[in-house]
Amino acid sequence: MANRHLKWLMLSPALLFVGAMIIFPLLFTLNLSATDAFGAVNAGADHIGLRNFADAFGDHRRFWPAVWRTIGFTVSAVLLETIFGLALAMLMRRAFRGIRWVRTILIIPLLATPVAIGILWLLILDPTTGIANHLLGALGVPPQEFLGSVRASLPTLVLIDVWQWTPMMTLLLLAGLSTLSEEPEEAASMDGANAWQRFRYVVLPMLGPTLTTALVLRAVDGLKTFDIIYATKGAGGGSSFEAETLNVYAYGLTFDYQEYGLAAAVLVLFTLFIIGVVLVLRRRSARSAA
Amino acid sequence: MAAVERVMSRRLFGGLAAGVAGGVVLGGCSSGAPSASTPLRVAAVNHVWTRAVRERLGEFEERVRRRVSMSLLTGDQLSSSYNVKLNASATDIDVMMVRPLQEQLLFAHNNWLADLSDRVQEPAFGWADFQAPPREASTTGGRVLSVPVVTERPVLYYRKDLVPTPPKTLAELKSAAERLTDRNSGRFGYVGRGQRSGAVTQWSSFLYSYGGDFTTDGRSAIATPEAIAAYEYYGELLGRSGPPGATNMSLEQAMPIFAQGKAAFYIDADAIYTGLVDPKVSAVGKTIGYAPFPTGPAGSKPYNIPSWSLGINRFSKLQDDAWEFIRWAAGVQLVTALQTAGIPGARASVWANPAAAAGFPPELAAAMQVNARNGVGHDRPEVLQVGRARDIVGRPLVSAVLQEQVAPVARDADAEFNDFLVRDNRHRES
Repeated sequence: MANRHLKWLMLSPALLFVGAMIIFPLLFTLNLSATDAFGAVNAGADHIGLRNFADAFGDHRRFWPAVWRTIGFTVSAVLLETIFGLALAMLMRRAFRGIRWVRTILIIPLLATPVAIGILWLLILDPTTGIANHLLGALGVPPQEFLGSVRASLPTLVLIDVWQWTPMMTLLLLAGLSTLSEEPEEAASMDGANAWQRFRYVVLPMLGPTLTTALVLRAVDGLKTFDIIYATKGAGGGSSFEAETLNVYAYGLTFDYQEYGLAAAVLVLFTLFIIGVVLVLRRRSARSAA
Repeated sequence: MAAVERVMSRRLFGGLAAGVAGGVVLGGCSSGAPSASTPLRVAAVNHVWTRAVRERLGEFEERVRRRVSMSLLTGDQLSSSYNVKLNASATDIDVMMVRPLQEQLLFAHNNWLADLSDRVQEPAFGWADFQAPPREASTTGGRVLSVPVVTERPVLYYRKDLVPTPPKTLAELKSAAERLTDRNSGRFGYVGRGQRSGAVTQWSSFLYSYGGDFTTDGRSAIATPEAIAAYEYYGELLGRSGPPGATNMSLEQAMPIFAQGKAAFYIDADAIYTGLVDPKVSAVGKTIGYAPFPTGPAGSKPYNIPSWSLGINRFSKLQDDAWEFIRWAAGVQLVTALQTAGIPGARASVWANPAAAAGFPPELAAAMQVNARNGVGHDRPEVLQVGRARDIVGRPLVSAVLQEQVAPVARDADAEFNDFLVRDNRHRES
């Protein structure tokens, strides 16, 4: 009997931490999403049921475009990162001279903070004073607006994300490749399979679980991307909201508009969306493993 | 193990749990009264005014015998910091630097600012000495909630080596800017703010000079012929003669382009001129000329506003010392010293003092006087949710700069702005 108490006492610091840092904020946000809280969170607010959710679903100016941008940004970035990451991992699978240097250089983008990376790219890609247009000019290419353009902003941000996170994908996949047995590949080689066939029909299926884990990690990270977008495009994701994703939209509702109830509703929907993406990826992985 | 079981009785477990919980609650509630060593905390924007005041803090600290801790943030960071801290009724901010036209209505609605109505009436403070528009902007619902310390008007900065005489009308400005634009050599006729929200305050002077305003009788006025003409004018000026990526530009992006000698004209606040003449950051300091805001179809109507004020956090436990700080920072003596150093304040007596005007280049001082005379007391919609209003009003502005059709976007934004105004009024009454 007393042993059971001891167990709870030992667990209590962790339970308190989880309660204070995860469960309480979640419940608070859930409650806030059903109120008309505005101006100050600690001011009185009325419960308005699901009206904030209805307002969000009915908002075709900001909410839905932000949803599609979030999906577009994540899918493009994760797809490119997976292709480049896998290619680099395959190249680095076999040791070669200078591999340590290559690995060290590869992780440099991972070490910098996203805000610093955002500012760095902002300076490089500045349409008037940035070095990118100077280099393009030397090659005879007309100056580009990059992040200053409504159309090019989101693709440019995708490329910045790819530049920063491809190394992480490479490292994850490299770790997965190093655990694979070489025998199936050797057997396929003996049977006359060429390099592409060995990769497509032997290595890739064996790498499946690692690939799924890497995809889930990067997809969730990609969906949550905020700092690079905010550092380069500012509030609202630019003048035409061209890079406004759900995270940036929710931040704007909170800190620029002080509409805490609506912001909480958007965040609840966003959380459900992320959970949905993880469940779908997990289920597909389980199905293909079976 | 048996010993542990004896020790860990149900009663003892309950007592321990209650003790931990009580400790956490008490720890969270304890706030502690300020002592003599508690610093007076000033939350301020990173501005030329703040840096000048910080250099003189020793004088104030000696007077009140209390250390002053001043934290400097950008405008947006400062705003977010207030939102986070004051939502938690934080006491670790005493003096708050606020933008009266951006935040004061909201902060008053949230009851975050202490009422200074009685304090400003001290005869020695001379509240009546403050110019009327800044005084009005500091007063919400009949209560004085802040004291203005920095005022701003737009000024036309131009390159004397490229333009012998500055344009007097908006039409002249546009044609001169187009003539001076040479994209191949990287020179632009005009640079200015084009970012959706950031550009609204500068565009307001164009709007007024075309005879428009943001609202009329509580309803949106951003699709009136005057407003559409102002949108189109600004779009043509910046879109045709401005640098690429103009819709991504606010003060931080536009100012360096002029300072690097890449533009012939630039309209922005007069309070930033020190950054344009500083040889450390400007290549054109010696060739800059200053002119009043050009005349539009409805005359020259620039904004004349208090850009920054000082208020007291309602939750502060050092409100008397915080007021002492405001009395000192907004007092005649310091305002005169700062204005002589080129930082425009809000006191009429200092503006009338020729010695204080000597701090500005003569051409700039003359332009500031003209703009102050013609000035309109606001540069953004006067609503609770200024951020959202600026986003709506700025939408047609961005379309104009991108050289798109303005009228349909303005009509759509007008409908959105009207809906917004209804909601904003509802919030005000709540």
